[in-house]
Amino acid sequence: MKKLMTGVVGGFALALMAGTAMAEDTTLTIATVNNGDMIRMQKYTDDFTAANPGIKLNWVTLEENDLRQKVTKDISTKGGQYDVLTIGMYETPIWGKKGWLVPLAGIDDPKDILPAVAGGLSVDGKLYAAPFYGESSFVMYRKDLMAKAGLKMSDTPTWPEIIAAADKMTDRAAGINGICLRGKAGWGENMAFLGTMANSFGARWFDEKWHPQFDTPEWKAAITTYLKVMKDDGPAGASGNGFSENLALFQSGKCGMWADATAAGSFVIDAKASKNAADVGFTIAPDAGFGKRANWLWAWALAIPAGSKKVDAAQKFIGWATSKHYGELIAAKEGWANVPPGTRTSLYKNPEYLKVPFAAMTLASMNAADPMHPTAKPVPYTGIQFVAIPEFAGIGTKVGEIFSSALAGQISADDALKQAQDYTTAEMTKAGYIK
Amino acid sequence: MATTQSQAIGKWALAPSLLVLSGWAFIPLVLTIYFAFLRYNLQDPDNTSWFGLSNFYYFITDPYFTKDLLHTLLLVFSTIVTTVVGGTLLALLLDQPFLGRGVVRLLMISPFFIMPTVSSLVWKNLLMHPVFGLFAGIQTYFGALRPIDWFGTFPLISVIIIVSWQWLPYAALILLTALQSLDEEQKDAAAMDGTPPLSYFRYIVLPHLARPITVVILIETIFLLNIFAEIKLPGVGGVAGNLTYLVFSQLNDANDVGAAAAGGLIAVVLANLVSIFLVRIVGKNLEA
Amino acid sequence: MARKQSTRRTVAITILAWFIGLLMFFPILWTAVAAFKSESDAYTLPQNMLSTPWTLENFGIVQERSDYFRYVFNTVIIAVLSTLLGLLFAVPAAWSMAFAPRTTPSSTISGWGWLAIVFSCGLIAAGVLYANGWHPQNAVVGFLLLLLCIVPPTAWVWTRATTDTLLWMLSTKMMPPAGALIAIYLMFNRNGLIFKDWGWINLSEYNLIDSFWGMVPLAMLLNLPIIIWMLYTYFKEIPVEILEAARMDGASLWNEIVRVLTPMALPGIASTCLLNLILAWNEAFWSLNLTNKYAAPLSFFISEYSSPEGQFWAKLSAASLMAIVPILIVGWFSQKQLVRGLTFGAVK
Repeated sequence: MKKLMTGVVGGFALALMAGTAMAEDTTLTIATVNNGDMIRMQKYTDDFTAANPGIKLNWVTLEENDLRQKVTKDISTKGGQYDVLTIGMYETPIWGKKGWLVPLAGIDDPKDILPAVAGGLSVDGKLYAAPFYGESSFVMYRKDLMAKAGLKMSDTPTWPEIIAAADKMTDRAAGINGICLRGKAGWGENMAFLGTMANSFGARWFDEKWHPQFDTPEWKAAITTYLKVMKDDGPAGASGNGFSENLALFQSGKCGMWADATAAGSFVIDAKASKNAADVGFTIAPDAGFGKRANWLWAWALAIPAGSKKVDAAQKFIGWATSKHYGELIAAKEGWANVPPGTRTSLYKNPEYLKVPFAAMTLASMNAADPMHPTAKPVPYTGIQFVAIPEFAGIGTKVGEIFSSALAGQISADDALKQAQDYTTAEMTKAGYIK
Repeated sequence: MATTQSQAIGKWALAPSLLVLSGWAFIPLVLTIYFAFLRYNLQDPDNTSWFGLSNFYYFITDPYFTKDLLHTLLLVFSTIVTTVVGGTLLALLLDQPFLGRGVVRLLMISPFFIMPTVSSLVWKNLLMHPVFGLFAGIQTYFGALRPIDWFGTFPLISVIIIVSWQWLPYAALILLTALQSLDEEQKDAAAMDGTPPLSYFRYIVLPHLARPITVVILIETIFLLNIFAEIKLPGVGGVAGNLTYLVFSQLNDANDVGAAAAGGLIAVVLANLVSIFLVRIVGKNLEA
Repeated sequence: MARKQSTRRTVAITILAWFIGLLMFFPILWTAVAAFKSESDAYTLPQNMLSTPWTLENFGIVQERSDYFRYVFNTVIIAVLSTLLGLLFAVPAAWSMAFAPRTTPSSTISGWGWLAIVFSCGLIAAGVLYANGWHPQNAVVGFLLLLLCIVPPTAWVWTRATTDTLLWMLSTKMMPPAGALIAIYLMFNRNGLIFKDWGWINLSEYNLIDSFWGMVPLAMLLNLPIIIWMLYTYFKEIPVEILEAARMDGASLWNEIVRVLTPMALPGIASTCLLNLILAWNEAFWSLNLTNKYAAPLSFFISEYSSPEGQFWAKLSAASLMAIVPILIVGWFSQKQLVRGLTFGAVK
C-alpha cells in the first residue's frame, strides 16, 4: 500500500514536472475545432517543427460549440490558456475592435486571400485572423435520383424548383428523403442555414433601428416554407440534425439533396466514406426572386490573443498553416480535394485544383455572398448568417432553439416567430440597442 | 470512558474537514451573491456596473425560467417514481432464489456505473436515433414508416428514460440489500401462516422498506436536481433544459455572468427548500 | 404437487429475471457490438447485427484521434489522488464523530442568534464593498470580506451537535454546481479573482483551469460528505470497549489509532475508497466545464464524440467501451460494499 502510494504521488509529481520541463522550448497551445481539415493539419505539423526547431505544438481540440464557449470565456477574462485561437468571421471583427487580438504579420501573400474573406477578418484594414479554410453554402444532390425522377438540376435554382425536386425524389419506403437541411439548435447550426434562407426570401434580422423583424411576412414565408418542405421531404429527427448528422445521412444515401457548407464537398465525394460518391452533383444555393441567394460566408481562422507572451512563435505558426506551401503539401500527400478550400484566389486559378468536382461551385458560391450587404433591404449590421454584435451568440442560440422546436412539431410557425420576436426584443432592450 | 484528551483531539480532528467544506460551500455562494447584483457580461467586461435586482428580474421574467423550473421538478419527480416502483419490483424479483442470480444481479446493476456522458450519447445515437437507431429499426421491422423521433418529439421523456435507466439499478440494489436483511424468521412465519403474498408485501415488506426508500429518494433528489450531461450532450437544453442547464447557458451562450449568478442563487434557494424538507425526514430516519 | 409448482415457479422466475437483467444490460451490450463494426455497418446494426464482419480498427482510430491513454491517466490521477486526499480529511473527522461525539451544542448562542450574526456580517461586508465601488482591487480587503462572510457560519456548524454537523455536511452536497460554477471559474482562472497581478505579488503566472491542482481538490470536496458519512458508519460499529481496553493497557493515542483502530477499520476504508473512485471517475459537470486537455478525464474524452464530422457511431462506441470497462469491473467487484456509502449508512 505504501509503495503504491509513493508510486502514485511520484507519478503525479512527474506529470507536473513534465509541464515545467517543456518550458525551455516555446510551446504553443492551439485551441482548435474538431473539423476534418483541422485534424488533418495535426498530422503534418512535422513540416513546421522541422523548419522551426524550438517551437512545440500542443493541440486542444474541441467540439465547435465547446470551442466557442471556452475560447470566449478565456479571452474575455484574459485567462491566457491558449496562444493560438481558432475563431470565425463572427468573433474576429468584434474582438479585433476591442483590442483583444494581435494584428497578424508574416502572412503568406495576404493580397491572395479572397477579398470577401479578408474583409470579414479585418478591422480598419488590419488582418486580425488568418483564414485556414473558408466556406459558403451550396446544394449537393444525387444525380442518379434526379435522373430517376426525370429531372435535371438547374444551374440557377429557385426555391420552388428545389422543393418540387425534393417532392419527386422522396421515397419513404426506400428510405430516401428528398432534402436534408439543418435543424439542430445553435446560431452556427440551424440559424446559419435559416438566416441565409430568410435572406433569400427578402427578410432581415433587424431593421435600421435594431428592431427585430420576425413579425414580417418575409420571415413568415421563409419559416413556413422551411417547415413544410422538411415535413414533406425531410428526414425523421431533423430537429437534431446539424452539419455532422446530415453528412452522415447523405453519405449513407438517405438524402436526395442537401443544402449545406461547401466544405462538405470533399466528404461527399470520398468513395471510402460515401456510398454514392460518384453520383454527387453540386449547384448554387437557391433564391426566391429577391436578388439574394441563400449563400453564407464563413471562415475558420487562426488568431493570437492580446497579452500572449509567445506572439512571435504564434505568428510563425499561423503563417505556415495558412500558407500556399501548406496547401501544396496537402495536395501532394492527400490529393487536391483535401486542400483547405475557400481562402486563396490562386488556388482557384490552379488547373489541377479546378478538376476537383466542387471547386468551381465553391468559388461561385463564395463570390455570391456579400457580408457587407447581406439582405435585400438595408440593415445596420454586417455578416450574412450572423449579426456581428456581441449579443448575437446568445440571441441566435435561443432563436435557434425556438425554430428547432417548431421543426420538431412542438409549436406552430406563428408561435415560433412570435416567441423569437419577443425574446429578441427583450434581449435587445436589455442590451440597450432599443431605446 | 472517553478521556478528555481524546475529546479535545476529537474536536480538532473534525476541524479540517469542516473548514474545507464550509469554504467550498460558502466562498462560491458569497461571490455568487456579489455577482448577482452586477451588470457583468464577459463580452463587455469594461462596462461592469451595479445592476440592482435587474438580473433577478430578467431571469425570472424569461419564459425559459418557468419552463425549465417545471422541467427540473418533472425530471426529478418522474425519475424517482419510476426508479422506486421499478426498483422495488426488481428487488422482489431478485430476492427469489433462481439460477444465475449473481450474474443477473451484476447485469442489472451495471448501468449505474456508466458515466453520464457515455449513456447519454449511446442512448441518443445508437438506440433512439429516428433513422439508424435500434428502436427505429424495431419499429420499421413492424412496418412503421416514420419511426418515433425520440429526442425531437419527446425530449424530456427521452431524458427521463436515460436517467431512469441509470438510477433504476441504484434503487434496486439498495432495496434488494434491505430486503435481504428482512428476518428469515419473519419470512418463514409468514409462509407458515399462509399469508397471501399481497398482504405479506403490504404489512411486512413495505414497512421494512420505508426507511431505505426514503434514503433512495433523498440521494436521488440530490443528484437529479443537478442533471447536466444528459441534457447538454443530446443537445436538448433549449426544449428540455433544467435550471442547471439554464444557468450554464446564461454563462456560456449569453456570457452573462450577472444573470447566471442570479439564476444560480435561485437554484440554490430551490435546492435548499427541498433539502430542508428531505434532510429533516432522513435525519429522523437515520438516527433511529 | 406443491413441489412441482415451485419448480415451475423457479423456472418462470429464472426466465423473467434473466430477461430483465439482459434488458437492463442491453444498451451496454449493443455499444460493445457496435464498437467492433466498421463505421457504415454500425449505422445498419439493427438490420444485420451478426452478419457484418467484426473489426478492431475503431480502437486504433480512437487512440490515434484523441489519445485515449492520456485521458485514462488523467482520470486515474484525479480519482486516486482525490480519494487519498479525501481520506486525509475524512478519517480524522469520522473518527472524531464516532468516538468523541458531541451530544449537545457546545455554544449557548441559539440558531436565531447565529443567523443574526451571519446576516449582520453580510451587511457589513456589503457596506464595505459598496464604499469600495464594488471592485475590491485590494486583496487584503477582499480576503477580510470573505472571512467576514465565512467564519460565522463555519463557527456555527462547528459548535453544533454531531448529528447536526453530519446533516449539514449532507446538505452541502445539495448545493447546485450551477450556482458555484461562475465563482469557481473566476477563482481558478488566470487574471480572475485570485491569480492576477496584485501589485505587491504577481500571481498571474498560475491558474487552476485544466490542471490537477484544481481538479483533484474539487473532486475531493464533491465527495467528501459522502465518504465522511460512510466512514462514520463503519467506525461506529467498532466497539469502544476494545479501544478502552487498549487504553487501559497504556497504549498511546497514536498506538491506539495505528495498532487497534486501523486494522479494524481497514475493510470500511477500502470500500469507501472504491465508492469515491467510482464517483470521481464518472463526474461530468466540472470536468466538462473546467478541463480541456491537460487534466481532462474520460467524461470529457467521450464528449468529443458527441458530434464529429460524418459517421462516428462505431468510434463513439469504441471510445465509450474503453471509458466504462475499467470502472464497470471495479463496480462489479464492490457493489455489495457500496450500498452503505450510497445510503449514508441507512442500509447495510
